[in-house]
Amino acid sequence: MSGGVPFLPESASTIAGEFNILFAGLLAITGAVLGLVFLLLFRFCAHYRRGNDAADRGHWGRKSWRWEVGWTTASFVVFLGLYAWGADLYLREHRWPSNATDIYVVGKQWMWKVEHPDGQREINALHVALNRPVRLVMTSQDVIHSFFVPAFRLKQDVVPGRYVSLWFDPTRIGDYHLYCAQFCGTDHAAMGGMVSVLSDADYQKWLAANATGGTLAAQGGVLYRKLGCAGCHETGATVHAPKLAGLYGSAVTLRNGSTALADEGFIRSAILQPAQNVPTGYAPIMPSFVGQLNEEQVMSLVAYIKSLGAKPAAGSPSR
Amino acid sequence: MTVTTIGELPRQGEGDSYLTDGTTLGSWLLTHDHKRIAILYCLSITVFFFIGGAGAALIRLNLMTPQGTLFDAETYNRLFTLHGVVMVWLFLVPSIPTTFGNFLIPLMLGAKDLAFPRLNLLSWYLFATSGLIVLGGLIGGSVDTGWTFYEPLSSGYASGALVVVLFGIFVNGFSSILTGLNFVVSIHRLRAPGLTWYRLPIFCWSTYATSVILMLATPVLAVTLLLVIAEHLWGVGVFDPTHGGDPVLFQHMFWFYSHPAVYIMILPGMGVISEIIPAFARKTIFGYHFIAWSSIAIAVVGFFVWGHHMFVAGESIYSALVFSFLSFIVAVPSAIKVFNWLATLHKGSISFEAPMLYALGFILLFTIGGLTGLLLATLAFDVDVHDTYFVIAHFHYIMVGGMVSAYFAALHFWWPKVTGRLYPESWARFAAILIFFGFNLTFFPQFILGYLGMPRRYHAYPPEFQVWNVLSSAGASILAAAYLLPLFYLTWSLLRGERAPGNPWGATGLEWQTASPPPTDNFARTPVITRPPYDYPEPAA
Amino acid sequence: MSVPVLEKQFVDLAHQSETAELGIWGFIATEVLFLGGLFAAYSVYRYLHPAGVAAAAAHTKIVIGSVNTAILLTSSFIMSWASLAASGGESRLAGRLMWIAAALGLTFIGLKGIEYAQEIGENLWPGAGFSLDTAEPKVGEVFYFLYWVMTGIHAAHLLVGVAALAIIGRRANSGAYSRAYHSPVRVVSLYWHFVDVVWIFLFVLIYLPGRSL
Repeated sequence: MSGGVPFLPESASTIAGEFNILFAGLLAITGAVLGLVFLLLFRFCAHYRRGNDAADRGHWGRKSWRWEVGWTTASFVVFLGLYAWGADLYLREHRWPSNATDIYVVGKQWMWKVEHPDGQREINALHVALNRPVRLVMTSQDVIHSFFVPAFRLKQDVVPGRYVSLWFDPTRIGDYHLYCAQFCGTDHAAMGGMVSVLSDADYQKWLAANATGGTLAAQGGVLYRKLGCAGCHETGATVHAPKLAGLYGSAVTLRNGSTALADEGFIRSAILQPAQNVPTGYAPIMPSFVGQLNEEQVMSLVAYIKSLGAKPAAGSPSR
Repeated sequence: MTVTTIGELPRQGEGDSYLTDGTTLGSWLLTHDHKRIAILYCLSITVFFFIGGAGAALIRLNLMTPQGTLFDAETYNRLFTLHGVVMVWLFLVPSIPTTFGNFLIPLMLGAKDLAFPRLNLLSWYLFATSGLIVLGGLIGGSVDTGWTFYEPLSSGYASGALVVVLFGIFVNGFSSILTGLNFVVSIHRLRAPGLTWYRLPIFCWSTYATSVILMLATPVLAVTLLLVIAEHLWGVGVFDPTHGGDPVLFQHMFWFYSHPAVYIMILPGMGVISEIIPAFARKTIFGYHFIAWSSIAIAVVGFFVWGHHMFVAGESIYSALVFSFLSFIVAVPSAIKVFNWLATLHKGSISFEAPMLYALGFILLFTIGGLTGLLLATLAFDVDVHDTYFVIAHFHYIMVGGMVSAYFAALHFWWPKVTGRLYPESWARFAAILIFFGFNLTFFPQFILGYLGMPRRYHAYPPEFQVWNVLSSAGASILAAAYLLPLFYLTWSLLRGERAPGNPWGATGLEWQTASPPPTDNFARTPVITRPPYDYPEPAA
Repeated sequence: MSVPVLEKQFVDLAHQSETAELGIWGFIATEVLFLGGLFAAYSVYRYLHPAGVAAAAAHTKIVIGSVNTAILLTSSFIMSWASLAASGGESRLAGRLMWIAAALGLTFIGLKGIEYAQEIGENLWPGAGFSLDTAEPKVGEVFYFLYWVMTGIHAAHLLVGVAALAIIGRRANSGAYSRAYHSPVRVVSLYWHFVDVVWIFLFVLIYLPGRSL
């Protein structure tokens, strides 16, 4: 973001560091191949130009299979190496640490709405603390968007109708561009802002300054009672409905015999499409809440149900 | 290809070529002659190329400034949609197959026409109609979804004019399918006596591979677009997330066509290059069998790599692992081709007329495009640069640096055969060199922009990206001028150019053994083939 | 009409016939991918919502569907007979049989029309007026979306087949085909069988879910 001609993007996450090494490796290998092709092309064109009688043009190589096998094998082996390297980092990009803080993000035309576990909300901005891993739980209210922070070397499409995750561990204090990378309509280019990585002290100040009435889970709890969920799902209810304490992170056996992991996506689906998520031993009597709740409200309900967990599930708020 | 019984050549300059066999408008619009249909295609795609190019020029003009002051966001979005749709379906997919494929395949097979001449004419009418429908929808309506039509943006959030465009592309698909079918059947059934599969020119092999993709991939696009059209009409559909549908399913179905379509766009170009390199190096092509079969390998494996467009789209990490692996595999046959072309140059007697300059440019640009394709197949790298200008630069190196260069190479190489006239060599060389430099100046900065993080389809961008955008736009203006040049000197050649002999390049292909321009029935007598292709004499040591 | 025309790009009529048959096989290959894409979309959706799709499929008209299946299978049998007759040189018999097959095709369309009318009467046309009394009516709406698209595409193919049978049947009836040259009959026959096979897939996909108990 300084003056001058930019050549390299900033690096501000643990992934970015590893990515830069990968990029350097890729650049060296492809650069070597490119150099070889250019060199041979120019050398042959110069030496074997028509009219250069000094060139020896006899004895054409006709038995080509040794060469063919040679360069086919060489290409294949190099490609395999690149594949393994890229796949390894990709897998680690998808495995978040258990101490990551969950922050909820809803994309909609044309803004990013962020909800922190303690209830802070922001639009087109995200404040995080240095060296504190964060997992974003994201969905879209309308079309497909894509959460893209070049300085973190990370991107994830945000698809309506499902939850997706993206995690990072910020390593440098500063403000970094946040873009929407998936074309999402007229103001696509305006759908972005800044991710601010703050020192721990500054982060605490920011949290305090932006505190709202209650945590996200508490807001979800209010909604939970308002919608009458408690009437069936609490102990003492006359209706036979599954209890929700300890649900998050557990394995649920469904009526059709399959087993589902009760992650955020499952809880969302159980609220919006209960008919296809009925646990075994229960009747399919829960009404669907599709159309009654927007994605932010669903997220607060999910946060509330997660907070009911007896054991602190992986990824629950750290404070 | 040496021919033993070619029959007598018609005399030059006499009124007995396919061009003079009927001069009324009806004799062109109702022709069954594959050569005339090729000319009809050539004229139509030239018009579409310049319309799509105008879209590109306006995009680059707008991106001169970070605020994108020339157009508002909606107009800009419509422009890149127009550029993409027109270039993909009205230029790149039909480009070489419908023009040089149509013109040359029967000549290379030693046949009098394609297997189904009436279907061939129908293909052109479908193509021309689809072009008009698509342009009508794009220019008349407000279509701003991008050429990829991702759901649910393209259903509930798009204007009704999109239905018109989708229907146009649907009709276009029939044209593609019928053209592909015609080539496949012709190559199977119409080869002249003695013309075995391994005596076919590489251009036939690559056209065959292309045609198989046209036949098997296009229908999936057609049905996908039909589902989107139906979703518009009913307001509900199988991709609709509010009804339990999966918008990512649309991407799977779309890329099941559109990734193989990338090979529709590059394989014919590879075929052209494989004809030109031996002709100007005066040398048998190196590794004929490997080049021939690598086209088939690309066509087959190309059907199983579509998921590499969706590494960040929410597909499972396991499918990402598989698709990444297969994407590396599909790069191997392309590498084989490049190395074989280089080996063909070795010990050749190389001359540098315009077709050869384009062909050498193709090798350089395609190699850059191919190698950056490897970077994109690398999972973790793709996560960062997906949907940025890095991807834009990569596929323009393949599509423009590769396919458009190959198209111009073919245009100059076979121009004497098609028109019976020679083109002005110095002008042509100048244009070829100008295109090469203009192209690199336009698109190389976009690799850097993408790596810096500039997303694609942005009407405005942060100011630190301006330097590279201005460079890119400067390159685009050179490129635009360079693309207009052939329009002038080729028109001049048509009117004033020197008469071409039957075989001006001293090439061995069967098409060079008949007159320029060829008679309506191609050969005075059916040729009998006794020798392998590219049968250039080896000089004494 | 009775003398077949040899086009200039072929060596003889046998060459021309073989080429035409390769052409229709190629065309059928493209059709397989076209309908395959559609069936894939349907299958993915059904995999995502098995119960909702089964409940919606229970509202399809199994009796008409079954009768129509029998009609199409019969027409395919008659078409095969016509093809055999043509290759045996009995052009007129082939022509009459093709008309019978075409008439069966029209019967299918007629019954399908009755079925469509009933379904529209039951508000199974997707959109604002759609209603379906199941636990997941939205899933049902998408099922019927696919139902109308898939059966509509099939009906369009069938109508093309009826037209082709009528035209080629008319030529056959005037004695145009012989033991030596009858490839048009073979070509429409292959197409007709293909459309028939597609229906068998559709019958299984559309009418049978939710009825297996």
